[in-house]
Order: sequence, then C-alpha cells, then structure tokens
Amino acid sequence: MTRFIPVRETILGGAILVLLLLISSRFAGFVAPSNLANVFNDTAPLIILALGQMVVILTRCIDLSVAANLALTGMAVAMINVAMPGLPIPVIIAIAVLLGAIMGAINGVLVWKLAIPPIVVTLGTMTIFRGIIFLISDGKWVNSHEMSPAFTDFPRMVLLGLPVLSWAAIITIILFGIMMARTQFGRSIFAVGGNPHAAVYTGIDVGRTQFWAFVVSGALAGLTGYLWVSRFAVAYVDIAGGFELEVVAACVIGGISIAGGVGSVGGAVLGAIFLGVVKNALPVVNISPFWQLAISGSAILIAVAFNARAGRTKGRIILKEAEATQ
Amino acid sequence: MSVLKKLAASAAMAAAMIATPAFAQDDVRIAIVVKALGIGFFEAAAEGAEEAAAELGNVEIIYTGPTDTTAEGQIEVINALIAQQVDAIAISANDTDALVPALQRAMQRGITVISWDSGVAPEGRQLHLNPSSNALIGNMIIKLAADHLPDGGEVALLSATTTSTNQNIWMEEMNKVMGDYPGIDVVATVYGDDLADKSYREATGLMQSYPDLDAIIAPTSVGIVAAAQAVVDAGKVGQVNVTGLGLPSEMAGAIESGASKSFAIWNPIDLGYSATMLAYELSQNGVEAAPGAEIPMGRMGNLTLDENNEGAMADPFVYDASNIDQFKSIF
Repeated sequence: MTRFIPVRETILGGAILVLLLLISSRFAGFVAPSNLANVFNDTAPLIILALGQMVVILTRCIDLSVAANLALTGMAVAMINVAMPGLPIPVIIAIAVLLGAIMGAINGVLVWKLAIPPIVVTLGTMTIFRGIIFLISDGKWVNSHEMSPAFTDFPRMVLLGLPVLSWAAIITIILFGIMMARTQFGRSIFAVGGNPHAAVYTGIDVGRTQFWAFVVSGALAGLTGYLWVSRFAVAYVDIAGGFELEVVAACVIGGISIAGGVGSVGGAVLGAIFLGVVKNALPVVNISPFWQLAISGSAILIAVAFNARAGRTKGRIILKEAEATQ
Repeated sequence: MSVLKKLAASAAMAAAMIATPAFAQDDVRIAIVVKALGIGFFEAAAEGAEEAAAELGNVEIIYTGPTDTTAEGQIEVINALIAQQVDAIAISANDTDALVPALQRAMQRGITVISWDSGVAPEGRQLHLNPSSNALIGNMIIKLAADHLPDGGEVALLSATTTSTNQNIWMEEMNKVMGDYPGIDVVATVYGDDLADKSYREATGLMQSYPDLDAIIAPTSVGIVAAAQAVVDAGKVGQVNVTGLGLPSEMAGAIESGASKSFAIWNPIDLGYSATMLAYELSQNGVEAAPGAEIPMGRMGNLTLDENNEGAMADPFVYDASNIDQFKSIF
C-alpha cells in the first residue's frame, strides 16, 4: 500500500508548498516561474550530490568526502582547461566523472577490503583531497578570465527553456529513478542496507555493493565539481566548504534512514529542493543574517522529526527479532 | 700559459671580490626581505624599491628572501645581511615574534630595521609600514561606489561572515564617513561567509529584493568575485556595479565583462617604493622613528606614526580597465 502512496514524499512535498506560500507572502516575486527555475538551477548541484549520497547511505555507509572530491575535481579540470583551452567540454566532463569515480573508488576499497568504518575513511579522504588541492594549485585561484569561454558557458547554455545545469540534475534524477527501481544494482543496494545478513544469503556481495555505491557517489561529485567551478567561474581550495553536511542533511530531510535500507529517489530530491528553497529564500525575505543559520537548522530538525514519526509505523520489528535470534 | 691565465683570472676575481664591497661602500645598501622569493606581489614591491633607488640615486637594492615562507629561512637571510653590513633592512615578516632576536642583533650593529606589509613585534623594528588603515579602507569602499553614482543611488554591502573582525571594522569606518556621500543609501548588509556559492546567492537575492540597486560593495575577495558573476548571470551588467576589495588577478574577468567598473587593494609597487624611502630616511637622514613623527616617502607623501610606531601608507589603490592588464599577472 505505502509503495503506491509514498507518505514521506507527500508530507515533504506539502511542506515545500507551505514554505513557498509563506515566502510568497513576504516576497511575491519568489514564486514567479522564472525565479522557481532559478532556484531549481541553484539547487541542481545539491540534488545530484544528494542522489549519490543516498546510494551510499542506503548501504549503511556515509560519504563525507563529496564536497572535497567536488573541490579537487573542480580544481583539476579548471587547471586542465587553463593548460589546454582547446579541449572540448565533453572530454572535460568525462575527465571530471572519471576523477571523481577514482576518488570514490578509493573510499570504496578502504571500506570494502580494509573494513574501516565509512565515517572514518571519508573523514580522512576529505582532508586528503583538500590537501591535494593545495599541492596541485599551490593555494592559488583559477580565475574566470583564465578559463575558456566554452568552459564557463556550458552549464549556462539554455536548452528548452532550462540551463544545462538544471538538465544535468533532471537527467540524473531519471537515471537514478530507473537504476534504483529496475536494476539488479539498485535492488541490491536496498537489500544490503535493509539486512546485510539476508543479502549475503541471497548471493549479494555486501562489500562489493558498498564499493560501487561509493564509486557512484564519487562520479557524481566529480561531475558536480566541473559544474560548480564553471558556474561560479572560480576554483580555489575552499570551494564548497562544509557542503558535505548540506548533502547529508538533504538526504536526512528526504527520509533516507541513516541506518540504511530505507529511502527513495523522490525523497532525496525533495529533501534537496527543500534545503534549496530555504537557502534561496532567506536572502530575499529580509530576515536578519544572525537568524538565518538558526532558521536553517530548525527547518532541518522539524523535517527530520516529521520523518521519524512517519518512519515509526514500519514492519521492521520482525527484522530486529530475526537479528536478535541469530 | 694556461696556468698563467688561471692565475691571472683568479687574481682578477679576488681583486673584484675585494673591490666590490669597497666600491659599494659609497652606495647605501637597502635590503628588501620578502616572505618568499618568486611571489608576484613581492616582485612588484621590488620593482617599486628599484624605482625609489633610482630616484634617490646612491642606493643599491638587495632584493632577497627565503625560498619558502618560513621564519627560519628569513632568520638565515637576516644573519647573512648582518654579515654583509647592509645599511637597512625592510622586511615583510613570516612571523611576528620569531624574527625579533635576529632583527635586534641587526639593530645593535647599527642597521636600520623597518617592517612593511606583514609586521614584526615593536621591539624588533624601528617602524612598521601598513599598506593602508581601516579608516582609509572604510572610506575607499564607499567612495568606489559613489564615484560612479553622481546622482546618488542604492548600494548594498556583501560581507564575509558576521563575525569577521576586519570586515566589521571597515564597515564601521564606512558608516562614519557616510555623511560625505549624500544621496548614497546603504539599503542592506548581507553575509556570504566567504563561500562562493553563498555569496552568489546573497548577491542574487539583493538584486531581487532591491530592483533599483546600483552597486554591491564587497570588501572581501571571495564575495566580490561571486557577486560579479551573479551580476553577469542576472544580465544586470551596467545596472549594478560590483566594487570593493579584490585582487587584480581574480577580478580581471569581472572588469573585462563590465560587471565591475573599479575595485581597490594596496599597490605592491607603491609599498616597495615607500618602504625603501623610509629605510633611507631613517638610516641616512637621521630621522627618528618615534610616535607622532612624520617621515617623508617621496611621491607617496608623509607617513605619520602612531603610538606603536606604525603608519598607514595611503588609500587603497584603485584598479580599473585602464590598469588591470598591467597588474593581473602580478598578484
């Protein structure tokens, strides 16, 4: 029954609508379609990263290195662009995705083969990746006038009324929708997170699945790295500082259980959009900046509280008993 | 024959080695010690020092520094300079306190020691030259916006974090001089936390909330670049002028696109020039570095020392389309 009427997503969607109404009462221009498109565009990197993070969290792991991965990939492709301005954008994107996937694979191998807790692994690689940016850039910035026009224009290019950046998020959402629902990999992610022991008995390699989840998350972080750097037309060591927490927050708001196994593509997307709306609304509704952080935090807590209540009516007790009897 | 040649060559070399210091003794030797060699900012300062030397006539500039930005490296350089018996050392320090003993040793040997750009603790130098002062910066950031708004207009501030000390002091100083700019209305102050994405979003929000906004003042290098990009993306180039404090290398794109008409930061050439002039005055003209003293710095006017023997050189230097190409490769 709940498969067909996703309760969490409905509640979250409703919350976003209420939020939009509240904002429009203070600043009517916010709900204009063109502005909503801008908000979606601004939220696109968060949506892409939240989907990658969702896969990782579903397998009972966490990836705190996404923002550092994004920054390192962004710096690398920016420097490549400066060195070889003629390199076509599809090649740049392929390099970004590959670099990101390699960094994700490093996390994955450490979690899979060395069985180090994911939070420790990714805390470590997060710092390492940021450190590597220092090494390759000497702490210097790559600035807009050094990047080629093609490099910075690509995410802004308008196709069918929306910029490429928005389309990147939409395509990622569709691909993930299909992957999670229709492919063996997608289903095994739920299985690994829901009950790893049962997953082993059905022939799923838990470690391998977690490894691939990290690769997916890393590849998306790499893609976002290019999009981010080209959108803001600047690359430096600290870009997207602290963004990993926002990504995790988007997942948590979207009802992805930190304990793994529970969550949906729609939830992650709505969670990201919820945060995106809050972030874009705060500057225009004329709230003191001293209050803004507190308000963002409260919004997260309230959303999670809702999810915790919605998640309580679940048949997980059976699984707990099964675990206890082992 | 070849032995003779060698002998002659070594004799000539030895003579040259003895002769050089003897000859140089006529010149005033001023050492410009920088944080590390190979940094564009300091190369430009050295250029300014050479300019001062040419103006003074009898000055030889020794531009030196460690290869990496460490206090240990600078101490070695200072010891070498003491051994060479230079007349003055003007240093941009890698550490406020660590260099004090070495510099005190230099002063005991009669060498004039001043610090510039990055200071040394008062006991380790005779005076410190700040590139600018909080009051001058506060005035400059609003002047930059006002200069392009002869009929007045709405401006907004984009700062770093709410707790950023220097940003808050500059904005406070700015508010003190607002009376000098009638018609200029500061409509909002927002905080971009020195994050490119948040600054971009705040700048976009400002343009939405205040459709008649004429200028965004960002006294932070991350904020000013992000705001310029937001203005370009919003298609408001020409309507909203982004200004404030930034580095030429980072702002070249914004000047090129027209999102920023001008911005300011200290000029390293002027800084090297002034440091050289001050060192010369102290070591050759018997000027005493004491609180309240006014020391001439050639074309840069006078330096007035405060109770800590510190002084501010000048207003931040304004960069615009006319000079950005010269400076964007420097720093």
